[in-house]
Amino acid sequence: MLFGLLCLTFAISHVMPGDPARLAAGPDANESMVRTLRAKYGLDRPLGVQFARYLGGVARGDLGQSLRSRNAVLDDLVRYFPNTFELVTSALLLAVAIGVPLGMLSAVYQNTWIDHVTRVVSVSGVALPAFWLGLMLQLLIALQLGWLPLGGRLGLTAAPPAPITHLLFVDALLRGEWRTFADAAAHAVLPVVTLCFPALASILRVNRAEMLETLRQDYIVTARAQGFSGFRVVTRYALRNAMIPTLAMVGLRYGWMLGGTILVETVFDWPGIGLYAVNSAVSSDFQPIMGVTLLIGLNFMLANLLVDLAYGWLDPRIRRPA
Amino acid sequence: MSARVLALERRQADASVAREWRRYVRAYTRSASSMAGLVIVIIFVVVTAIGPWIVPYPEDARGAVHLERKLQPPSATHWFGTDEVGNDVYTRVILGARVSLEIGLIITVVAAFIGVPLGLVAGHVGGRVGETIMRVTDVFLSVPALVLALAVVGALGPGIVNAMVALSLVWWPGYVRLVQAKTLALGQETFVEAARANGAGRLRIVRVHLLPNTFSPIVVKASMDMGAAILAAASLGFIGLGAQPPYPEWGAMISHGRNYLPTWWWYSAFPGLAIYFTVLGFNLVGDGLRDLLDPKSRG
Repeated sequence: MLFGLLCLTFAISHVMPGDPARLAAGPDANESMVRTLRAKYGLDRPLGVQFARYLGGVARGDLGQSLRSRNAVLDDLVRYFPNTFELVTSALLLAVAIGVPLGMLSAVYQNTWIDHVTRVVSVSGVALPAFWLGLMLQLLIALQLGWLPLGGRLGLTAAPPAPITHLLFVDALLRGEWRTFADAAAHAVLPVVTLCFPALASILRVNRAEMLETLRQDYIVTARAQGFSGFRVVTRYALRNAMIPTLAMVGLRYGWMLGGTILVETVFDWPGIGLYAVNSAVSSDFQPIMGVTLLIGLNFMLANLLVDLAYGWLDPRIRRPA
Repeated sequence: MSARVLALERRQADASVAREWRRYVRAYTRSASSMAGLVIVIIFVVVTAIGPWIVPYPEDARGAVHLERKLQPPSATHWFGTDEVGNDVYTRVILGARVSLEIGLIITVVAAFIGVPLGLVAGHVGGRVGETIMRVTDVFLSVPALVLALAVVGALGPGIVNAMVALSLVWWPGYVRLVQAKTLALGQETFVEAARANGAGRLRIVRVHLLPNTFSPIVVKASMDMGAAILAAASLGFIGLGAQPPYPEWGAMISHGRNYLPTWWWYSAFPGLAIYFTVLGFNLVGDGLRDLLDPKSRG
């Protein structure tokens, strides 16, 4: 898989009919300058040789250099990735924390007002453009009401804590810098909510549908007949079974969030890899985009692996070899 | 068989098809949300068709400049207000519908045309070819579509055509997955086996037995994808890699209007609402079609 991913990024960067050397040289460059650059990056060699060099570079952690920041792409990624990781993880946790209980409630109280409200949420969530939702939240809550900051990661006066894990929240907690933590949290609310909303909608939807399905099963009726309390039946018996498809959706949505974070980071000026990729793409800075693509692909693969492991934990039948 | 018997059978078959259709229509119209979706989509399509004739300021779509009436709030003359060069936002939103419909259709159709045949081959022929197709598909699916599209546009350079090319290139793997799984499952069915035993060739099996039976999940996916593709294209427009101004594209309009928040909020608010309702419409229709054609895959 990983090899396939490398082939894909290589194909996009080297085989597509764009010319990275011309892009790098800028619009005013003459033919000889482009040729020099092409030779410098080895772009005049046969594709097989280029691919071998590319693989070798990636294996050594060399993802090329950003033309805009003049840094090695890997260094930039290391700097920006923790921010994205915090944003996406918080949004995903929030989506699960709200989506699963809400889906459960709306299945248990089907066709009541709870159910109607959650259905409106789930239908709107998938259709709302995340970037527009972010802008409107900024407009209402940050600009009109002034409750929360407009964007960025920290206020201008706050200094980030000395890095331990490079995750701002964790570091602020570990260092006991409560003011920094609160500041970071205030900055995170709007982006996290924006990113969370579409995922929340689809998790809610799947969980509701699955709960409705499981609540109709014979073993639920049996459990109820045996006199187990309604709460216990719903949480222990039904929810656990409904969680497997829900979890598949969580895995899928994680991937979507890694894409959506590009938009949300752009709106909120959040210094993560999404914003980095957009800024690079706008200025035709090529290597960073490939680095981000590779990193996000890798992340998504890892997430799918975790989901598969979680299946086994939830469902003993999957653990046993068939 | 005489011609009369044939004609009679023909008529009976037609009648049963008509019955089937009536049953579908009844089931679809019973769901309020499906109907709401259908109404939105119909309005959207009508607007794209007659847009150029109903807008008050058609020249504003091509980037006319009327600085004397820039950034005016919504009023009777400018329902959605005007933008920074005095263009009527209502006109641009209405004409943007056509852009979005074109983008959505092109991406969905191209993706289905690439993905469906590959899925049929992977599911029906299998072997090394099928294995290779699925591997490549999995690689494409391992990167979120928007990220991959960003990479491709990064390579090709920004612009609406390149954005469409990029999104079409990253959109087909979903169809391969869908059709391959469906074809594999159908391959076990008795009627396919019977056809094979009767000596039907591969192509005939695909054409007569497999393709028609994969049709309904493809239609369901395509109607959902229309919404998703419109959203994705608007996203690329928003980050400045899709349509370039003064082209009336919703995502790019929001991106420009962003600089005029909060005072001139109408500039980016209305194009966003247009995206929202359009995507909502296609999603609701997709949902309704799924309940009708493919009830097992709900979720």
